Amino acid sequence: MANEILEKVNFSENVVKLIIRSPYIAKSRKAGHFVIIRADAAGERIPLTIAGSDPEQGTIMLVVQRVGVSSAKLCDMKVGDTILDIVGPLGEATKVHKVGTILACGGGVGVAPMLPIVEAFKKAGNRVVTILAARNKDLIILEDEMRLHSDELIIMTDDGSYGQKGLVTDGMKAVIQREKIDESIIIGPAIMMKFASLTTKEFNIPTQASLNTIMVDGTGMCGACRVSVGGQTKFVCVDGPEFDAHQVDFDEMIERLGAYKTQEKVAYEAHEHECKRKH
Amino acid sequence: MDFAEYLKEQRNQEWRKELRSNIKSKDRTAIEKVHMPEENPHVRNTNNIEVNTGLTMEMAMKEAQRCLDCGDPTCISGCPVNINIPKFIKNIEKGDFLAAAASIKETNSFPAVCGRVCPQEIQCEQKCFYTQKLNLPSVAIGYLERFAADFERKSGKISIPEISHHNHIKVAVIGGGPGGLAAAFDLVKFGYDVTVFEALHEIGGVLKYGIPEFRLPNEIVDVEVSTLTKMGVKFVTNFIVGKTATFDDLRVEGFKAFFVASGAGLPNFMNIPGENLINIFSSNEYLTRVNLMNAAKSEFDTPVFSGKNVAVIGGGNTAMDSVRTAKRLGANRAMIIYRRSIEEMPARIEEVKHAQEEGIEFLNLHNPIEYLGDDQRRVKSMKLQKMELGEPDSSGRRRPVPIEGAIEIVETDTVVVAVGVSPNPLIPRSLPNLNMSKWGTIVVNDQMQSSIEDIFAGGDIVRGGATVILAMGDGRRAADGIDQYLKSKF
Ligand SMILES: Cc1cc2nc3c(=O)[nH]c(=O)nc-3n(C[C@H](O)[C@H](O)[C@H](O)COP(=O)(O)OP(=O)(O)OC[C@H]3O[C@@H](n4cnc5c(N)ncnc54)[C@H](O)[C@@H]3O)c2cc1C
Ligand code: FES
Repeated sequence: MANEILEKVNFSENVVKLIIRSPYIAKSRKAGHFVIIRADAAGERIPLTIAGSDPEQGTIMLVVQRVGVSSAKLCDMKVGDTILDIVGPLGEATKVHKVGTILACGGGVGVAPMLPIVEAFKKAGNRVVTILAARNKDLIILEDEMRLHSDELIIMTDDGSYGQKGLVTDGMKAVIQREKIDESIIIGPAIMMKFASLTTKEFNIPTQASLNTIMVDGTGMCGACRVSVGGQTKFVCVDGPEFDAHQVDFDEMIERLGAYKTQEKVAYEAHEHECKRKH
Repeated sequence: MDFAEYLKEQRNQEWRKELRSNIKSKDRTAIEKVHMPEENPHVRNTNNIEVNTGLTMEMAMKEAQRCLDCGDPTCISGCPVNINIPKFIKNIEKGDFLAAAASIKETNSFPAVCGRVCPQEIQCEQKCFYTQKLNLPSVAIGYLERFAADFERKSGKISIPEISHHNHIKVAVIGGGPGGLAAAFDLVKFGYDVTVFEALHEIGGVLKYGIPEFRLPNEIVDVEVSTLTKMGVKFVTNFIVGKTATFDDLRVEGFKAFFVASGAGLPNFMNIPGENLINIFSSNEYLTRVNLMNAAKSEFDTPVFSGKNVAVIGGGNTAMDSVRTAKRLGANRAMIIYRRSIEEMPARIEEVKHAQEEGIEFLNLHNPIEYLGDDQRRVKSMKLQKMELGEPDSSGRRRPVPIEGAIEIVETDTVVVAVGVSPNPLIPRSLPNLNMSKWGTIVVNDQMQSSIEDIFAGGDIVRGGATVILAMGDGRRAADGIDQYLKSKF
């Protein structure tokens, strides 16, 4: 059945990988695309970047981090369950070309959407240096898959529990000072992207960032996803999700992401309470 | 038989003649125009129930007597889909309400919707003999249309047109708004195998995500959609043509023609400083959260922020819907900010009246020029430029001009921007060879055919933001165009 969860892997307590039947999207999606999903009839519409697909099997891969009610609902779904609505692929695909050496930096679950992009750049004949960054060892995901498509893989953890100790920007600087980087791609939490972008800007390296704003429809209809890029308002869902990172107003984006902070917290606590009561 | 002859033939039927002779014209024109019964403004502005409760049978029959059944029914010329207005109204006078509904449905598939949302005062009712010649309030054509449609629905006897033959030719309709639904209705009647593809998870387009329940209950749209399902139309939601599958993919699947009614979904902003502050929304976002996602109900996950001091920018239907929604979500102060005067607002007159009754404030001749935020980038006030009316512009309305130095700061914690929409770019972007206008609308000929021969288009994607009835009219014209095109091919 369409939208059925065929496989579920717990990467960690809070991050799951889902393989979902979605034949049309599996066929039409490209690196950089995302979907909007609604778990059930009471659910929100939330964007999730497609981490991979198998057009033959008609499946797509999503990686979901438990952050609020909607993502928690998805994380709690089991193999055999069906997601009510999945629509996509949305957004503009990554512009993949041969440029030389690419520095790909993924933070947290941002590593998932990074996977198909890294794969595509590698296929296009680039040298790809990938940095995976997370707070600690448990939060590093998709390491083997990334290694497969990268010429070099560097792991950075804040606490040094795995790979090198330090922030993503420390790893980036080391690479940039060591070899010529032609282009960089960064995907991760907004705050990480902000500082990663400042780092490449210092060295004048053209950089794309994939933005994860709040969305509703994902088709350009509402403007909830708007960001300022080079002083102009852009809709992430139709004009992006990738933009010239050096032009993005990350401070504005970070504040806008927090627009529903209070409501979300209350809702999440109520949801968790409800779940505990049921079990 | 041409249209004029058809009207004449219908008018000369015995029952119509008899009705006309029953009451003298003088007595008909002496009847006072009916008043639509409404919910109490101070109760209704706290809930979502429909404001207009509908005419009773007695009211409808009395109002129908006002119609003079004119020899030259000018009202019809004001209707974009040429409903045989005197025929349906005389059926109401006669008490045959199902026949009245059937008469409307000869040319309008969704009268329960149109009776509620059409701007009758600038269409049929403006061309009514009463308005034109008698200087009296027009016959309440819109209320009567709604009455007939509601009667039919409540009777449980909705007529489902017979489909004489199935030709098994597949036609795709893109977009489940009024344009798409009207085209689907006719195409399936002609015998085509029709599939409607809709990007969102619900069918209805603006009727669902935009227009609130207090003006058009969702149930009404759902009933119309279920009629189409019964007639054999297939609906596929969560499917974006051009993204989920391309036109070429659908051609391979056997679709022989397409009708694009993808709407004018892209909200405009004013590009003034501070517009991206938190709690400044497009009307589409605000209304979608409340109407499509049920954000105001606690059992749904989608949040909506709606403060105590809500400013809605604009003077159209979308602005009225947003500001009245804000009131219902608990605003103490819900205000319209519009740069022209109240008389020049493009909203339906009835919506403006309802808004006034519900305690909406109108700051006319005010135009926002900047939004100011607090230290968390939440909007806290706006700078308004006061305006005055100058010379008439190209639209014939007097142009608002800023009064130099007249600037006011007004506090607000929620701003809804309702200053129009632009055509949805998804389809055009997926079809680089499609001939587009400089406004981003699809260019079509009289048959609603685009520059790509198997693709037809209509509604807001062709007109820019227009109306429900114009979208429906386009849908019907395109259905004819597609029929002719396919007949010439197969
Ligand atoms: C709040 C509001 C109030 C209004 N009030 C009135 C009123 O009182 N009276 C009136 O006459 N008019 C009113 N209008 C205008 C009226 O709603 C529109 O003119 C009308 O809905 C246009 O119909 P449509 O079929 O062209 O498009 P829409 O109703 O916009 O429907 C288009 C549909 O196509 C879907 N779509 C878009 N792209 C794709 C794709 N690629 N694949 C699949 N699906 C796609 C969209 O999701 C949408 O559901 C109002 C509009 C708004 C926003
Ligand atoms: S999510 Fe609605 S416009 Fe981008």
